[in-house]
Amino acid sequence: MSETPEPQETETSAPRNVIEVRDLVTHYGDRMILKGISMDVHADEIMVIMGGSGSGKSTLLRHLMALEHHTSGTMRILGQDIDELNNVELVDLRQKLGVAFQGGALFSSMTVGENVMLPLFEHTKLDRKTMEIMTRMKLQVVELGGFENLMPSELSGGMIKRAAFARAIVMDPKILFCDEPSAGLDPVVASQLDDLILLLRDALGMTVVVVTHELDSAFKIADRITVLDRGEILFIGTPDELRASDNQRIQNLLNRVAEDDTMDAETYLNRLTGDEPAYRPL
Amino acid sequence: MQEAETKNGFVNFTEKVGRLTVAGVEEIGMGAMMVVETFYWLIFGRREKQAVRLGAIAEQCVAVGIQAIPIIALLAATIGMMLAIQGIHTLRIFGAESRVTVGISFSVVREFAPLITGIVIAGRSGSALAARIGTMKINQEVDALYVMGINPVRFLVVPAMVAMMIMLPALTLFSDFVGLFFAGVYVNLDLGISLAAYADETIELLSVDDLMHGLGKSAIFAVLIAVIGVVNGASVQGGAEGVGKATTRAVVQSISAIIVTDMLFAFVVTR
Repeated sequence: MSETPEPQETETSAPRNVIEVRDLVTHYGDRMILKGISMDVHADEIMVIMGGSGSGKSTLLRHLMALEHHTSGTMRILGQDIDELNNVELVDLRQKLGVAFQGGALFSSMTVGENVMLPLFEHTKLDRKTMEIMTRMKLQVVELGGFENLMPSELSGGMIKRAAFARAIVMDPKILFCDEPSAGLDPVVASQLDDLILLLRDALGMTVVVVTHELDSAFKIADRITVLDRGEILFIGTPDELRASDNQRIQNLLNRVAEDDTMDAETYLNRLTGDEPAYRPL
Repeated sequence: MQEAETKNGFVNFTEKVGRLTVAGVEEIGMGAMMVVETFYWLIFGRREKQAVRLGAIAEQCVAVGIQAIPIIALLAATIGMMLAIQGIHTLRIFGAESRVTVGISFSVVREFAPLITGIVIAGRSGSALAARIGTMKINQEVDALYVMGINPVRFLVVPAMVAMMIMLPALTLFSDFVGLFFAGVYVNLDLGISLAAYADETIELLSVDDLMHGLGKSAIFAVLIAVIGVVNGASVQGGAEGVGKATTRAVVQSISAIIVTDMLFAFVVTR
């Protein structure tokens, strides 16, 4: 009995997109924050989103996590247009996404183990023992085995971030979002977290989207990098292509050259929008 | 020049009043939505694959109700005795102190038990709810719930509101008994009326309507405390200071709402 061989993916075949954003426009009140963003995130890649303060990278991440409503444009996550999902479908989609927040966002009233177990408890019908085993396994992955009975307040900054990673991956998500994973950590711990992100992509086959402003971290982990500037995409490409870019703003970002950013609050808000202020004092 | 300043002052004042009015209406709207959403999740939670967990409600019942028993008992006993002391003192003017039971019974069951219980729970649990939700909001824990596919209203608000709606009437009933008992003890000591005679007279005086008057009010107080706590917690901005302000605001608003509602309820029901 002969077997038909599986079609092999060739190097020329187009990568599968797990996130497709087209012409995304968002506002906070009257202010336009993202101005027609279009980007794709490929399956199994680590996409790093970079940009200066006020560039819109955190806003973009919140939209990618389906936490905010956009003004116009489309966003497809894992093939589903999020505008067309009802509540139950959105909950189903969210179970395929994991998020490690900047400050960890662990529930302070629960132990580390209970925090990690919560998604299993809420979305599966597994018995308690199985959930506990799965929780311990995920904590082992982030090298926090044995810490399940501690409260978040008893952990260091790096440990809180790792516990947040454990919670984010406990449902084996297809996409993992990380918001500033290295922020506030010493270089050694930050480097360990970078290794952890690479491990999660390689060992668990996750697509990872990381928002960071740490250049070393970005170049270490990124397959591709998106640079945002004033609500628009300045660059999308590999780290090598980024280094080779002759765009002055990108070079300033890479070489940590300060721009003349001295401005008052009104100018700062106008920079975000390019528009006149919505409210004029009398 | 002075006219222009006066005009500007008037415009600023009007603008401020307008903004405050809009903010107030927004908060009331948010509170109303919170009540609607609570009942939505209670009824349709299972259909939405997010049934409200009984364990979470039980946990809140313990925090809101069981742990409040000592302070409620102390205050109810104090209020009961205070009413007896004041009642006997006032009625003595007319030589009618033996009729003090009438005043005590109605005052405790219809007014003081629900009022004092509501105020204690507003200070104890309403503030805790505002602080908890506010802290969770600034620590991105509410966002974390959303991205985990857990509706924060179902997870945080419903158990607290249901627990308050169960425990506040229960505590009020407890408060009724404690208040009446300690008032009876004082009446016994001061006037020599036996506890049995006092109890007989109290039972004879009070109707189920009187009891339901107090318990009905306490259920309304429960919704008010929960909604005000949640709305203030959800409106927190600006870190720890914001949480402190929201907590204080929640307590002040809850107590004010309880007292005003108490008066309105008494007015409407006694017409």
